[in-house]
Amino acid sequence: MTQTGLRLENLRILRRGRQLVALDTHVAPGAVLTVMGASGVGKSTLLAAITGTLPTGFRAEGRIILNGEDISRKAPEHRHVGILFQEELLFPHLSVGGNLAFGLPPRIRGRAARRTKIKEALDDVGLAGFAARDPATLSGGQKARVALMRMLLSEPKALLLDEAFAGLDAALRAQVRQLVFDRARARALPVLMVTHDAADAQAAGGRLIVLEPR
Amino acid sequence: MRLAPALTLVLLLGPVLAGLAGTLAPALGLFPALGGRSLSLAPAMALLDWPGLVPAARLSVTTGLAATALSLAITALIMAGWSGTRAFRWMERALSPLLSVPHAAAAFGIAFLIAPSGWISRALSPWATDWHHPPDLLIVQDPWGIAMVLGLVAKEVPFLLLMTLAALPQAMPRRSLTIAQSLGYCRVTGWLKAVFPRIYAQIRLPVYAVLAYSMSVVDVAIILGPNTPPPLAVQVVRWMGDPDLTMRFQAAAGAVLQLALVVVVLTLWRLGEGVAGRLGKSWIARGGRGRFDHALGLAGMAAATLTAGAVLLGLAGLALWSVAGFWTFPDAWPDSLTLRAWMRHAPGLRDPVLETVIIALAATLIALALTLACLQAEHRFGLSPGARSLWLLYLPLLIPQIAFLPGLQTLALIAGADMGRGVVILGHVVFVLPYVFLSLGDPFRKWDTRHATIAAALGAAPRRTFWAIRLPMLLAPVLTAAAVGFGVSVGQYLPTLLIGGGRVQTLTTEAVALASGGDRRVIGIYALAQTGVVILGFAAALLLPRLAWANRHALRAAA
Repeated sequence: MTQTGLRLENLRILRRGRQLVALDTHVAPGAVLTVMGASGVGKSTLLAAITGTLPTGFRAEGRIILNGEDISRKAPEHRHVGILFQEELLFPHLSVGGNLAFGLPPRIRGRAARRTKIKEALDDVGLAGFAARDPATLSGGQKARVALMRMLLSEPKALLLDEAFAGLDAALRAQVRQLVFDRARARALPVLMVTHDAADAQAAGGRLIVLEPR
Repeated sequence: MRLAPALTLVLLLGPVLAGLAGTLAPALGLFPALGGRSLSLAPAMALLDWPGLVPAARLSVTTGLAATALSLAITALIMAGWSGTRAFRWMERALSPLLSVPHAAAAFGIAFLIAPSGWISRALSPWATDWHHPPDLLIVQDPWGIAMVLGLVAKEVPFLLLMTLAALPQAMPRRSLTIAQSLGYCRVTGWLKAVFPRIYAQIRLPVYAVLAYSMSVVDVAIILGPNTPPPLAVQVVRWMGDPDLTMRFQAAAGAVLQLALVVVVLTLWRLGEGVAGRLGKSWIARGGRGRFDHALGLAGMAAATLTAGAVLLGLAGLALWSVAGFWTFPDAWPDSLTLRAWMRHAPGLRDPVLETVIIALAATLIALALTLACLQAEHRFGLSPGARSLWLLYLPLLIPQIAFLPGLQTLALIAGADMGRGVVILGHVVFVLPYVFLSLGDPFRKWDTRHATIAAALGAAPRRTFWAIRLPMLLAPVLTAAAVGFGVSVGQYLPTLLIGGGRVQTLTTEAVALASGGDRRVIGIYALAQTGVVILGFAAALLLPRLAWANRHALRAAA
């Protein structure tokens, strides 16, 4: 029986042999799991384990299963797990369109077809005509939307949020948060959100796990 | 790529170790090609019989120590008195041009300034000095090596300043200085007591490199140093070039002695650090708030202006000589300006310029590729570079060139290898690589690796992330490192001369060869060409990122 969604099966993260985080849980497609906890408790490390980018000295045990497939031994680029950080981290040397093209899979061939996809993505979040812009000239909200679309264009099967809204001011924050959750739900993506902010957790409306320091 | 660090180590240390062995063997009488088949003390005895030995060795020690101590003191005083001020920002801007002037060109410029018939003497004559002919004074090439020390200090202060600036952020000097000042310490004293000890711990290796270099420098010593006898390293080069090949035994023995001298003086310097540290602690413990503070600050500024001015004015003087028509003493300005010297020497300039650029480009590309591969391997496989790897990187800069380059030549002679351009390029890599690595290491490691996480999450393999994201984002520091490496290669004298067996002629070897001739117009042309090539490299490194990222605000601001 294959289970859809993101399953963390007896996931244990060890730092130099000592256990830092242990989790056994499941996030259904379209649902949001919120992870909170004091800083240094290993929230970002948990996300790094799922993206496959744990720093040296860290080790993950257990299995990470995405839509029935064990991805825990796969290279990061083959996991199809999207992630958004607090900073948008748009590639500063590429235009807005270039950033989106970086996310778009090579499967979509031909300049015209790729350009259409990028144009649609920009229109979709109210950024029509922004393709040639320098990312450094965008406002915080605009950058956040580009980062979101860049990630969605890569067709991820799960979404991780690492304090993704912490850099935005209050009004913008609710707006961007709603956008991200709507898009994830529309695509039936399981979402794992790490945050400090109770309002984020409330808006997500899903289950909440609080990591305790060990 | 996993093998990159190992390969780098082989290319870096292989020539050094092989060269040392190739120097040691003839020093002990072993050189089959020249009939040396058994261990013998004859080379050492021949060296000891040379009447100039004691003064030559003494010169190496005194000029090396004086140049290093002065450079360090000036650097510390400038930082103590002026870091963070407006005047200091101006000095920072002058730093790169000063660094890009090759040692030989700077030495020629200074020689022109201070010579009895030089610009300073002309400016003061005849109204102040009553000289109508150049006075018969031994100012350049003085027997104590004062001119040589001045030439070294003028080039080593910018180097140590750069190293200090790189070490500065970690020491958090501003807070320490603010606290010291709020406790009533004057600026210079407060900085020296609160910040300098931490800075010194970080620039220790560069200081050692300056000491080893100053003790065994050859090109600057040929131009500005005493002649009879010269410092030991110059004498070794003379023996190496002697038509009588058996002189190479003596040369090897001299090179080994030079190495021993450097090792002993470095050890003494290290011990001296302990003594200075103890004296410094008691100075700090006495709690003096600074009595000669203002004077010290001004002294630092004066010394910095003097050294920078000497290089820049010297270059200006060389430029003027290269276009001077008739120019008699004591006129401060030539009768007429003409391009005749340039026209006459331009055709001859072409080959050395090409040779210089080809060697420098090749050595820089190799060094850059190895550096990037090492840094990327470090990132990919989580290798953590220890303090030991920094020492290995500095090793080619701490072992005097004169101690292992003759050995490389000897080995090649035995192997019958043709010492062409290719081997010279590999020889340059040994000295270019440390500078490229030191220049690129920090910016490469500071890059936010979350960009790599994002790229991987978007489905990009590490190779694509490196080429499409990391390298373009680091374009400016990569090109700066390349320009530094290029400049280092252009300035190399001894590796080109010794590894090339005298047959590979670059701007630097040609310029130094002109030193004895004393034709100021030709010297001016070669020194300017040498400097010009390096400055073009730095200009390209500054300009290209601005052009490439003209429409990318975040990267243009960083460039």
